[in-house]
Amino acid sequence: MADGRIIISASPHVHSDRTSKRVMYDVLIALVPAFVISLYVFGLPALVLTSVAVISCIVFEAAIQKYLLKTEVTVSDGSALITGVLLAFNLPSSLPIWMIIVGSFVAIGIAKLSFGGLGNNIFNPALVGRVFLLVSFPAQMTYWPTPFENNMNMVDAVAGETTLGIIKEGLLYGETMTTLASQIPSVTDLLFGFTSGSAGEMSALALMLGGVYMLARKVITWHIPITILVTMGVMTGIFWLADPEQYANPMIHLLSGGAVLGAFYMATDLVTSPMTKKGMVIFAIGIAVITVVIRLFGAYPEGISFAILIMNAFVPLINSYFKPRRFGSKIKAKIV
Amino acid sequence: MLKTFPKGGIHPTENKITATKAINRLPVPKVVYVPIAQHIGIPSEIIVDRKDSVEIGQVIAKSGGYVSSNIHSPVAGTVTKLDMMVDSSGYKTQCIVIRTDQKNEANFQEPEFPLKREITMGQKEILQHITDSGIVGLGGATFPSHVKLDLKNDNKVDCLIINGVECEPYLTADHRLMLERADEIVVGIQILMHALHIHEAVIGIENNKKDAIKVLKKAAAIDKRIKVAALRVKYPQGSEKQLIKSILKREVPKGGLPMDVGVIVHNVGTVFAIYQAVQHDRPLIERVVTVTGKRLEKPSNFWVKIGTPIKDLVEAVGGIPEGTRKVVNGGPMMGKALKSTDVPVTKGTSGILVISEEEASRQESKPCIRCSNCVFVCPMGLEPQLLMNLSEKGFYEKARAEDILTCIECGSCSYVCPSHRPLLDYIRFGKSIVKKLETAKN
Repeated sequence: MADGRIIISASPHVHSDRTSKRVMYDVLIALVPAFVISLYVFGLPALVLTSVAVISCIVFEAAIQKYLLKTEVTVSDGSALITGVLLAFNLPSSLPIWMIIVGSFVAIGIAKLSFGGLGNNIFNPALVGRVFLLVSFPAQMTYWPTPFENNMNMVDAVAGETTLGIIKEGLLYGETMTTLASQIPSVTDLLFGFTSGSAGEMSALALMLGGVYMLARKVITWHIPITILVTMGVMTGIFWLADPEQYANPMIHLLSGGAVLGAFYMATDLVTSPMTKKGMVIFAIGIAVITVVIRLFGAYPEGISFAILIMNAFVPLINSYFKPRRFGSKIKAKIV
Repeated sequence: MLKTFPKGGIHPTENKITATKAINRLPVPKVVYVPIAQHIGIPSEIIVDRKDSVEIGQVIAKSGGYVSSNIHSPVAGTVTKLDMMVDSSGYKTQCIVIRTDQKNEANFQEPEFPLKREITMGQKEILQHITDSGIVGLGGATFPSHVKLDLKNDNKVDCLIINGVECEPYLTADHRLMLERADEIVVGIQILMHALHIHEAVIGIENNKKDAIKVLKKAAAIDKRIKVAALRVKYPQGSEKQLIKSILKREVPKGGLPMDVGVIVHNVGTVFAIYQAVQHDRPLIERVVTVTGKRLEKPSNFWVKIGTPIKDLVEAVGGIPEGTRKVVNGGPMMGKALKSTDVPVTKGTSGILVISEEEASRQESKPCIRCSNCVFVCPMGLEPQLLMNLSEKGFYEKARAEDILTCIECGSCSYVCPSHRPLLDYIRFGKSIVKKLETAKN
């Protein structure tokens, strides 16, 4: 006003210091502990895998936006970076580089940008990339490097088995949980992540540490991760109590496979999860139930990726059925 | 655990920099500009003419209907003009321009009003005084007070709530008034209870004003029916519906009024004005205004005559600093940005906020990442992101069905949005269209 330049805009005239970028970087910070464990357990291949995934996600996003869609390039918002890291965390570290690039293309190009870019995608991009690779290249996608072996060697990774894989196959060939017990890693190993699996999914402890950080920074709320873990625990617990020889105990189910990674990082993806707390709980229960059903009765040893993608499809429906209670209405708002 | 409303709300930085500054009297301006539309409802009708000389407190525009209010001359002087002038809304309204008589001592001598506790008037007389004195809600909504007090027979009101929340950041007008005029406010409450036959009154004050809670608790000790409720700090607790929920756990039904749950809410400033009108026959011609901003030389609280140009207020605090980009009439959450400081203070002006470049500019709007923060903070249980989309795309019927009209425009959604989306702007727009469509239908 003093020098004539004034801004007239509608209220509010102040804003919290929270930005989308900050939200994205909080998620990245939360992923650091799991990444460190991954480097420690799988060594150089994990670094190569993550770098390739991140770089190709960013390059694909920038290139598609610039040359194909001819829109503003928005890689600086950090979302492609997160997709890259999460995709890498969901892949075995021994995967050939060209497959990582294909997975990144599917995640960014197909699952995200063809739906309209950030905020408009229905399915979690990283999981679409992973599932695409899993159904296209099942052999390479289930070729798990053994922890601490050939860490520094890119070529001769020795194939191991994931905990859930051992159980699934063992039970299929008539073994029981008792006879399998010696092959299953201890709870401590599962917590710290000294086991086979996707690059970022092994250490439940590191992932939960990051999860607590995200909860503290209010990037996510407890509703999705806790509901998923509790429901999975209860469900697998019931089966385990019914027949401990045929079903693994809930502890193994919660700490192995992608349960913690999926619950804290994949299912909580802001874009592809419901908008209300009630909806989040329903969504999470759905994920847990489908995951357990696939794990116990399906063809795959692990099913949380499929479960999350299936429930992603229900999010618009959940959003229109589970509305926040309107102030001043004793009954829930009518569904239109 | 202190009381507060359960759903939504935010915690903006308080910035109450003038909380310790006693209310000073601003010198009487040479000319006052009194708009005739200072309240919600029908504008008042001018009953003076050019060249008329007027006395302090003389009615210069009379109530134009039931939901309307009298307007009194804030100074003694001469009417120089009746003209269309821009007011703080940015639109032109009819204004009465009065030149202050520099020789008339009444303009410069502030009459003393010794505390008068004894209430001598009857119920009808009190209500008549409130109606005649041009009292409107001073919290910002400027709803004519007599309408709120005119109880229909089928409404049983059992509790009077006094709003001393002042949840807007920066503003301290009510806070200072509570500290300096606690006894008068208590008498004002007694007057209202007497007039309405209510036997319970609660003064709601947020816990960031501990001194005011203490002072009012002491002042209210003379009357057992009056209680002070310390509330947990949360914006927008000063909103009528949220305040009732916080204090009494009653929920005003959708589209309803506080009366529907047996409550009447008045702002502390209004109660003080009612005290002055009833006990001292003093109409509403001045109010407390906070003039504030981080870079002002001496941010202050003032007693200001209605009609004083806002320019005078900012000059009194050291003028507008370099690099100012926004001057807001009201607080930062719900205030209106002014186009110029030539507009006058009206009955609804609770503060003038001067904002610098770095605070004033909005950041670029980014895509919605569906983080649900707007849904979590909405105190009305709405889905701001959905309402914005519906308004933007023109689905007004659907927006109405999603209760867009119940939005109280507190701005919490826009405040938290990490993508800086103009949620409230679109919701306001949608609301205006939905209202128009409803009027057209009827």
